[in-house]
Amino acid sequence: MNEILLTGWGRTTPTRSRVHLPADTDATLRLMADGNGSRGLLARGLGRAYGDAAQNAGGDVLDMTSLAGIHAVDVDAATVDVDAGVSLDTLLRHLVPLGLFVTVSPGTRYVTVGGALACDIHGKNHHREGSFARSVLSFDLLTPDGEVRTVTADADPEVFWATAGGMGLTGVVLRATLKLLRIETAMVSVDTERAGDLDDVMARMEARDDDYRYSVAWIDLLASGAAMGRSVLTRGDHTPLADLPEGKRANALDYGPKALLSAPAFLPPGLLNRLTVRAFNELWFRKAPVSQIGHPESIATFFHPLDMIGDWNRIYGRAGFLQYQFVVPFGQEGAMRQIVEELVRHQCPSFLAVLKRFGPGNGLLSFPSPGWTLALDIPAAMGGLGPLLARLDERVVDAGGRIYLAKDSRLAPHMVPRMYPELDRWRELRERLDPKRRMTSDLARRLQLL
Amino acid sequence: MRNAVGDVQTVLVLGGGSDIGSAIAARLVQQGARTVVLAGRRPEAYAQAEQSLRSAGATTVHRVSFDADDTDGHPKVIAEVVSTVGDLDVTVVAFGVLGDQSVDEHDPAAAVAVARTNYLGAVSAMTVVSQQLRTQGHGALVVLSSVAGERVRRSNFVYGSTKAGLDGFATGLADALQGTGARVLVVRPGFVVSKMTAGMDKAPLSTTPEAVAEVVVKGLAGSATVVWAPAALRLVMSALRHVPRPVFRRLPV
Ligand SMILES: Cc1cc2nc3c(=O)[nH]c(=O)nc-3n(C[C@H](O)[C@H](O)[C@H](O)COP(=O)(O)OP(=O)(O)OC[C@H]3O[C@@H](n4cnc5c(N)ncnc54)[C@H](O)[C@@H]3O)c2cc1C
Ligand SMILES: NC(=O)c1ccc[n+]([C@@H]2O[C@H](COP(=O)([O-])OP(=O)(O)OC[C@H]3O[C@@H](n4cnc5c(N)ncnc54)[C@H](OP(=O)(O)O)[C@@H]3O)[C@@H](O)[C@H]2O)c1
Repeated sequence: MNEILLTGWGRTTPTRSRVHLPADTDATLRLMADGNGSRGLLARGLGRAYGDAAQNAGGDVLDMTSLAGIHAVDVDAATVDVDAGVSLDTLLRHLVPLGLFVTVSPGTRYVTVGGALACDIHGKNHHREGSFARSVLSFDLLTPDGEVRTVTADADPEVFWATAGGMGLTGVVLRATLKLLRIETAMVSVDTERAGDLDDVMARMEARDDDYRYSVAWIDLLASGAAMGRSVLTRGDHTPLADLPEGKRANALDYGPKALLSAPAFLPPGLLNRLTVRAFNELWFRKAPVSQIGHPESIATFFHPLDMIGDWNRIYGRAGFLQYQFVVPFGQEGAMRQIVEELVRHQCPSFLAVLKRFGPGNGLLSFPSPGWTLALDIPAAMGGLGPLLARLDERVVDAGGRIYLAKDSRLAPHMVPRMYPELDRWRELRERLDPKRRMTSDLARRLQLL
Repeated sequence: MRNAVGDVQTVLVLGGGSDIGSAIAARLVQQGARTVVLAGRRPEAYAQAEQSLRSAGATTVHRVSFDADDTDGHPKVIAEVVSTVGDLDVTVVAFGVLGDQSVDEHDPAAAVAVARTNYLGAVSAMTVVSQQLRTQGHGALVVLSSVAGERVRRSNFVYGSTKAGLDGFATGLADALQGTGARVLVVRPGFVVSKMTAGMDKAPLSTTPEAVAEVVVKGLAGSATVVWAPAALRLVMSALRHVPRPVFRRLPV
């Protein structure tokens, strides 16, 4: 046991917890039984949630990365049975050479299966394949009563959907079986196009996203005027074996991504400002091809470009940063446009923001719902940030949208029920699993979720 | 809990009738705090303060009895506050008495009374609150010190010495709390127009409770450990610190 300060990926609000590294499932069970209870208990994965979702101030935190076994891969059925603490990084190194891929991958492979389920994460293929939980065939959930239940969406939909997106507050996920995707190569064939402004990129996505498994647009939120919303749209799918040059087919499934660089531990404050970010965004936009079809890219380059720099979250310095991600329903393109206008007007020093389209959603607190989602990083020290984002929250709610709790670090509690109409239903189910309110987190305290 | 842009939810003011304390609470409410506890000797007298906190957006305001001099009673008061409102995001130690230098320097009982409230009372309250902050693993303690304690002057050394003691204690506590998730912000105002200074001639660089609150909120949003109000006093004090004593003694400050 270690008493340490924990933060999320944004490094904004450190709080102190007792962090335990359970050696096995029995140890996890004992920790659940022992906890003195007054400050509660929470599971934590790799700490990639941006805000305070994986923190429990003054209480106990189970670092689940100590339980990271891969129990069985069924290549024929395309399924894998793993401990919840296993990272997608480990999993992909194991699976890709077997011709298998996770059905849903976020923008970093340094997340655990438990964290992916608890936040019900989405990838670039949400419009087609839905969220992470859709690929979870079953999971083992340890609840505060000491019971371990094996949960499936069919047999126990309530517990399943209270836990998927339930932000770790229904119990500790110990193990899960995932449905996988078959791939023939470790490459992705990518089509790239530049879009001159926001309307242009949204029109292109609307017209042709359904033709692609993966789709994402990177927006430059510092470009203004006629170039407002200028974007680079990248879409693609796993490359079939037949599309590889003959000479490369024998090693088609080779996969060994490396973290290339590490951001230095100490950086001058103020490194990130409008000028440097604007220069970066400009360069990046100019270097993208105006239009390119079927460009071969590695899995790492296409899915996890940020993982090439270790600890890049340090470049924001001591004050840290946050990510603002929201979704507004289809039909609310006007709201999206107004929000982008407001962000551009404030000239937030944001590296490329990400625009995606979601398909049907599920669950009670699960974030994705049909519509447009935008995600952008902002330095926490930016002047006027609190009021600006509070105004955007109102627009998002008025449009029938919501904020992603896995990214949140500053929402006001009264906004949550307006964004998540199933909140009370979720509370009821949660209360049944944890009547003594043993499971809690800083996020739960800040947003009064319980 | 504090959020990523520095807003908090729950504020406790010890010395609930303090003009500076309530200005800080009001400013935090403007930034999203919803629960305020005003703890002081005369809770019935804080109805007006409660009203203005509510109109600024507070949804829960409690007025509770708290006497800084009754140090034995501090643990119970704090425990009750915590059981009513939960975690303390920000606690302001705002109580204090100015005393009357011309009387206090000749009257042992009067001098001790100033020391009891300003130093002993604060030492006790800070210790009790810091225990709660350690337990909860987060939270800020805002301590109203004074430039009068930074270099104690002939003209008000009874009061000044109590602030020097309090300032030293709070600074040491800040270091002790490193790594616990809790923090201390020491506030060193100059002359503030408030009940405490009513009827006195304004000193140079005089300021208002609202201006002090602004400085405090800015300090809390970042990682400051000491702030001066107005900020210019930081420079004035660093110059005054080096003035030789025979000269300092005769300065009209
Ligand atoms: C660079 C980057 C890119 C990202 N891209 C995306 C993206 O494209 N799409 C997306 O949806 N998200 C994305 N995210 C967010 C990330 O996928 C989620 O926050 C994910 O939950 C992180 O997993 P983790 O293992 O680090 O979990 P943590 O951050 O440690 O925890 C997150 C939550 O999961 C809970 N939890 C963790 N393990 C368990 C367990 N075993 N049992 C029960 N609860 C548990 C925690 O209590 C907490 O509430 C991105 C994050 C980063 C840093
Ligand atoms: N004003 C200045 O120029 C100035 C400058 C530097 C520092 N400060 C410090 O800032 C703090 C706040 O001062 P202020 O300007 O806001 O003055 P204030 O309005 O007079 O507030 C001081 C408060 O302390 C309370 N108090 C005194 N003895 C107490 C006790 N035994 N128990 C509980 N509460 C007690 C008083 O309560 P009652 O209402 O019951 O009397 C009063 O409400 C004080 O610590 C002061 O020393 C002030």
